[in-house]
Amino acid sequence: MIKIVSLNHEFGSVKALDNINLNIEKGKVTVIMGGSGSGKTTLLRLLAGLTPPTSGSIFFAGEDLAKVSRKRLYELRMRVGMVFQYSALLNSLNVYENVAFTLHEHTDLDESVIQTIVTMKLEQVGLRGFEDMMPSQLSGGMAKRVAFARALAMDPQVVFFDEPTSGLDPISAGVVSSLIHETTVKTRMTSVVVTHDVQAGLDIADHVILLWEGKVIAEGKSESIKQSDDPRVQQFIEGRPNGPIPFSRSQTAYIDDLMHKPGCVRMS
Amino acid sequence: MVISMIGQLGRNVMHGVAKIGDATMFGLASLRLLFSRPWQGKHFVMQMYAIGVGSLIIIVITGAFTGMVLALQGYHMLVKVGTESLLGPAVALSIIRELGPVLAALMFVGRAGSSITAEIGIMRVTEQMDALEMMAVNPQARVMLTRIIACALALPLLVGIFDVVGLYAGYLIGVEMLGVNGGVYMGETIDKIDMIDIETGLTKSIYFGLLIGIICTFMGHRATATTEGVAKATTQAVMLCSVMVLILDYIITSFYL
Repeated sequence: MIKIVSLNHEFGSVKALDNINLNIEKGKVTVIMGGSGSGKTTLLRLLAGLTPPTSGSIFFAGEDLAKVSRKRLYELRMRVGMVFQYSALLNSLNVYENVAFTLHEHTDLDESVIQTIVTMKLEQVGLRGFEDMMPSQLSGGMAKRVAFARALAMDPQVVFFDEPTSGLDPISAGVVSSLIHETTVKTRMTSVVVTHDVQAGLDIADHVILLWEGKVIAEGKSESIKQSDDPRVQQFIEGRPNGPIPFSRSQTAYIDDLMHKPGCVRMS
Repeated sequence: MVISMIGQLGRNVMHGVAKIGDATMFGLASLRLLFSRPWQGKHFVMQMYAIGVGSLIIIVITGAFTGMVLALQGYHMLVKVGTESLLGPAVALSIIRELGPVLAALMFVGRAGSSITAEIGIMRVTEQMDALEMMAVNPQARVMLTRIIACALALPLLVGIFDVVGLYAGYLIGVEMLGVNGGVYMGETIDKIDMIDIETGLTKSIYFGLLIGIICTFMGHRATATTEGVAKATTQAVMLCSVMVLILDYIITSFYL
């Protein structure tokens, strides 16, 4: 469905993604995992075409996102849904209007048809009857489910999820995880999930991609990731503070800084 | 020391010029979308309502007191040289040519401009701009353009209301309170006001509206995506708009003498 070829992305002099080659298969849940600053959110933004890459190509259904016109990009986006980390519901609109947004924008359907679709999508996420609430009245978990319903409104082929479980209580997180899995199976859509939630990620994934410092360090099924003998992978899965991925990001020796040794004081 | 100060000054100037260039390009890019589909008609109207009607009360109050103080102050000056019959045109000319557009624009910046910057900034912080983009709705057309056009259309209307209220308040003070002859007051006013005066006021208000719209949306768009960044952008937008309105006012006035 989505093919990534020698993708690089830089912020100034910082290399966020380094020569990534990936294949995201149709009808599967692909989970991109990694610690903070590993480049996973950047990768998702590139996949969604929100940011153009520094170099390399992303092929969505055979078309290079960096080369298509803005008009074509918008046409492709109608086949894509996205659930943002903070839900990103339009807060001037109520739940119904949020879910119906793309239908109002891009279709000429009768309001009664749209109403039926919205009811179905809200039922799918278990929030039927909440149509008149405003986003500010919703809890984090509910907002995320509404965002999910909104992403599903146009029956997309691909849905991107940015940290779908972060900031949610365990029950809401579980609900959202199982929603992703179920919906993917039922509607045969392709899901791309970015998360640092190891357990949830491994549970729902058909395919796992592990990022570290902008590079793919492991890729495969959940089972093979769990049994990987790469110490970096094991450290990440077990959540140990120290290991090949260091806890301290400091560049100078601690003792030198404490002694105010000249030449060791960082100027920035 | 001196060299580094000069260097800093130079950098600030360069930075400022670059920013003005950025804002201009941003404004032009937004305005160009006016001619592209989909047409944002409904959203123009909604923004006009939010921006225009929201600013109505403050504009009426400012207009009334401006007219009143002009009449009061003007009368006491004119009466010394025995020309209080010219009070009407003095009040009317000041309001229509200068104070109407400028004061209304400054109040408009505080009321509507600041909220535009803050709203856009917060939409960015909460990823709503990206969400629009992902839902195949161009945020520059939907959010930026509609607000810029709404400002450019709403401000002239508000200035019109400001002028009418200001003139009437001036009449009340001058004629009813201070006892200038009503016929003279009205006659002189109608006699001395030309079409060019009204045209000046109207031109000013359209340009001020465009300017405020572009600056406020630009600052919101460029705000650092943090709470602090939005706060800073809002303050800067209000400051920049106020100063630019006064500078532009001088420039336009010099063309209409």
